[in-house]
Amino acid sequence: MHIVVLVKPVPDTASGGERLGPDGRLDRAAVPAVVNANDEYALEAALKLVEANGGEITIVSMAPAAGTDTMRKALAMGATRGLLVTDDALAGADHVSTIRVLAAALKGLEFDLVFAGADTSDGQGGVVAAGVAVLAGLPYLSYAAKIEPNEASKTVRVRRISPTGYDVLEAPMPALVVCTQALGEPRYPSLKGIMAARSKEIVTRSLADLGVEAGSVGGAVSTTALVGSEAPPPRAATRVVRDTPEVAAKEVVDFLAERRII
Amino acid sequence: MAGLWVLGEVTPDGTLAHISGEVATLARTLAEAAGQEVAGVVVAADPAAAAAELATFLPRVLAVSEPAAADRPWSMVAAERIAALLEPATAEFMFVGAGPDGRDLAGALAAMLGWGVLANATGAAWDDGSPVAEMSVFGGKLTTTSRFTGQTGIVTVRPNVVSAAPAGKPGSVEAVEAAAGDLSQPAVTVVERVVEAGAAAPIEEARVIVAGGRGVGGPDGFKLVEDLAEALGGAVGATRAAVDAGWIPYGQQIGQTGKIVKPQLYLALGISGAIQHKVGMQTAETIVAVNRDPDAPIADFADLVVIGDLFAVGPALLAELRARSG
Repeated sequence: MHIVVLVKPVPDTASGGERLGPDGRLDRAAVPAVVNANDEYALEAALKLVEANGGEITIVSMAPAAGTDTMRKALAMGATRGLLVTDDALAGADHVSTIRVLAAALKGLEFDLVFAGADTSDGQGGVVAAGVAVLAGLPYLSYAAKIEPNEASKTVRVRRISPTGYDVLEAPMPALVVCTQALGEPRYPSLKGIMAARSKEIVTRSLADLGVEAGSVGGAVSTTALVGSEAPPPRAATRVVRDTPEVAAKEVVDFLAERRII
Repeated sequence: MAGLWVLGEVTPDGTLAHISGEVATLARTLAEAAGQEVAGVVVAADPAAAAAELATFLPRVLAVSEPAAADRPWSMVAAERIAALLEPATAEFMFVGAGPDGRDLAGALAAMLGWGVLANATGAAWDDGSPVAEMSVFGGKLTTTSRFTGQTGIVTVRPNVVSAAPAGKPGSVEAVEAAAGDLSQPAVTVVERVVEAGAAAPIEEARVIVAGGRGVGGPDGFKLVEDLAEALGGAVGATRAAVDAGWIPYGQQIGQTGKIVKPQLYLALGISGAIQHKVGMQTAETIVAVNRDPDAPIADFADLVVIGDLFAVGPALLAELRARSG
């Protein structure tokens, strides 16, 4: 079984240092990059399936050239190899460009499943995976809490979280599955995994390599543009209550009443 | 054709999803200010009820009957039918709720039409012939304003951005047969739809959220969280730690890998306020926390924090709320 996992290097939110650069784009040099947290769940789900059924995992990223550093972290978790799409023209790429490039990257690969995370901590749009499925012509199964591929029948069953429970979905493979945290905690890379990752292959591809026409994607043809940004108004100072439970409870309820919440 | 479109999402029981009323209200307000037309579209096996409901918000609604929506995941089917409607459009903007189905549909539609997406709008205005969207980024540290570079686009709108308000008079509903030919996207079959007993209301739409973290101590502790939520007419939320511990389902998780919420009141019990949780809830209008630790990060950004044991303060709060509601 061959599973492709889409992995995005994102600024570490725990650093608290994210900012926009002078060009109005996310300043990716300002903070250390990490594997997007939701993509780690997708990778973990892929690792479990490959451990159970045999097979390989290719991680695919679209990122600046330094993205290989972050991809090594995913390789250290146990992925087999990496494919990085990197091109100066991709700086400032919008959702549509990202969708087109990732779909083009998949065209050159053979696989049974593509896994993606539910959204990314930097963009948070949660729209790229569905678009990639459309352009790559793959069945799309999203918000998975359980994934059961059947290699004999070449089908995959997915439990999709719904507002009232879940739907059981089935599709022929190859298919694209959006993974969630409900699939289980991602593992920490072992020391052995970290060592092994150093020598794992990461292939780099430019837009030309993928056959994507120059000028059809990237910042220069972005469908969206930043107009402005400002810090939100600061919250008022915190009111600290240290009283007996009964007095504190009265203060809280008075506070809620003042704000017309109750 | 209209200038602005609103996607009407349908709940499993055939009614209009709450978020669609909010999105419709936002788009109608924009259209009125801009002197543009606005219309809704509902795609479902039986769209009549939801379309009629959407028409209480909008002057015109297209009800597209698509039998395949009953036995396939809705978003891809709807995206294809809506793409066919919008294909000839030269100056149109689609407004969609930023929930799971709305995001799936927005992504598919973006790929089908090559339209841009402004994701997770927390506000919108009309400027120079097209919408501009306000978005909260970097976990609420920055508010950005963005626009489309062309005359088409999709805006996904977060829940609780506006209150759903019906229009003065209901609009018209036009039934449309989905005669656009076979669906071309690969089929995914819904084998079974399982409704779980006691499934909670979507927390993204709740006006009040009472959330528990590690400090709640276990599934039994969540009884207190649930009781307070009930007394306040709200929903129950949780941190990743509480979900990972198996005390509460993943669907209730708020934060970086869970839901992003913007309720009127967020009552945090035994939640330290680590950055991964903070990014999911810090745009709540009012944040009240109960925590033992005066140095917990949440004490820095809550509007009011009670320093104390939640198992003492919580029951007292419950008694006080019940006493006042008579």
